[in-house]
Amino acid sequence: MAPTTGKSLMSVMQIPEGRIDIRQLSIVLGEGPHAFEAVQGLDCQIEAGQFVCILGPSGCGKSTLLGALAGHLQPRSGHLKVDGAQVSGPSPQRGMVFQHHTLFPWRTVRDNIAFGLKMRGIGKAERHTAADEILALVGLEGFAERWPDQLSGGMQQRVEIARVLINRPRLLLMDEPFGALDALTRLNMQELLLDIWTRIRTTVVFVTHDIDEALFLADRLLVMSSRPGRIIEDLRLDFPRPRTTELVTSHEFSRLKRHCLELLRHEDGRQLPRLNPLGLPPENKLPRFAL
Amino acid sequence: MYGSYLRWIPRAASLLLCLLFWQLAASGHWNLGLVTFANVPTPLAVIQAALGLGDSGKLAQHLSSSLSRVFAGYLAALIIGIALGLAVGRSKWAEDVLLPPLEVLRPIPAVAWIPLAILMFPSSELSMVFITFTGALFPILLNTVHGVEGVDPRLIASAKSLGAGRRAILLEVILPGAAPSIITGLAIGMGTSWFCLVTAEMISGQYGIGYYTWESYTIQNYADIVVGMLLIGVLGMGSSLLIKCLGGLFTPWHRPRGKA
Repeated sequence: MAPTTGKSLMSVMQIPEGRIDIRQLSIVLGEGPHAFEAVQGLDCQIEAGQFVCILGPSGCGKSTLLGALAGHLQPRSGHLKVDGAQVSGPSPQRGMVFQHHTLFPWRTVRDNIAFGLKMRGIGKAERHTAADEILALVGLEGFAERWPDQLSGGMQQRVEIARVLINRPRLLLMDEPFGALDALTRLNMQELLLDIWTRIRTTVVFVTHDIDEALFLADRLLVMSSRPGRIIEDLRLDFPRPRTTELVTSHEFSRLKRHCLELLRHEDGRQLPRLNPLGLPPENKLPRFAL
Repeated sequence: MYGSYLRWIPRAASLLLCLLFWQLAASGHWNLGLVTFANVPTPLAVIQAALGLGDSGKLAQHLSSSLSRVFAGYLAALIIGIALGLAVGRSKWAEDVLLPPLEVLRPIPAVAWIPLAILMFPSSELSMVFITFTGALFPILLNTVHGVEGVDPRLIASAKSLGAGRRAILLEVILPGAAPSIITGLAIGMGTSWFCLVTAEMISGQYGIGYYTWESYTIQNYADIVVGMLLIGVLGMGSSLLIKCLGGLFTPWHRPRGKA
């Protein structure tokens, strides 16, 4: 009995999860006369376990694409599949990390991390053990009892990443997660993320407009054009892993960086409003009925 | 450093100064042109009246009838206000259906409700509870709506991405997210509920602080009026403070920013 179980377990282990299939994807944002296509006829395949960075100018629709992958935005046409299954609505299988943390201020760090397990109905003792384990993995032992407000920006993002990874998602979707951090913290977070990714392997789709960050992190770099977003470059990055900060001063790195800069410069300097994975940035609503 | 203990000194001094001004103005029968203190009872007269009320043995009955009316009306307002507020804040449909009639009812003062309240409810006790209820309902309702709408949509999106269903989103995200605002509404509602008490107890036959105040007015017992007024003020302040303290216990993560 034992060998067969072992074998079937092996075969399960060998099928990597998190393959993304995007065909002719169009996403429309806004309503009525203000509606526009944020993403248009996008085709892309991402292999399971890959670390993919999407680079593009502000407002090009890269966050919109991420929002659709997470299930927060509905595509108008085309299809979007993860491991062959159509994406419909948010799921713990597709974890999302925003630029600014979305930790619940009313839950301690530990309870925030354990939230996904609670939603699955796992008992308190078990989910606290799991939360403490993953908290150690992101280097925050001893912070379990704190409120999110008591942590620094970098720590909050670590907790956010831990809270998503505790669900062992197929996809880790990140929308400029280190964009609001200072330069030094950002470098530390990039190395930490790569370190975690070697231990908890998932497909990562990482949106950024920082060329250095994209080149440093990714196996594959997709460059998107200005609105409506299309993919205008698809680069494989074969820098050996584990990567260290010395990489960013290498010759090949500089060459690729110049190439990306030129690609982005070709996109004329139209300044578009920033989009986010939930659609359009909140606008000032008209005063409601007598409130 | 301006320590928290030291702050009690100006607070107490401020209250004492007000009392001193009152004593001087009333005993000297000041006439300030626009207002006159000629017929205002002095603090000492008020204290005597208060002692008189204490000796008469009716104080406990006045207090217990008022407290039970305020408590019943307030409790109903709490349940209905929060429930309606959650519905209006979460659903456009509920907003369109519920908000217009509520907005028409909101500006109606408690006094205007008296005749209808007497006609609509079987006992005067229930009419009085209803009037304190109308006072507390709207602050609680509007603050709940405000709190629910103020919940960051990214938090809701994150909760969905972590596997939360509709029920979990309501209990784990919307309610705690709106809690600080709901507690503010509850504290304000407690105040307005006392505010409406005098109005409500105009209907009353014998007991209640509001009734006592109103009766003192009709028999021109001015010192007693002030005793009633102060009792309502102190009770209202005390119960609002109680709500705030309880609210603080329920929202340990929420620390209002201090003055810079």
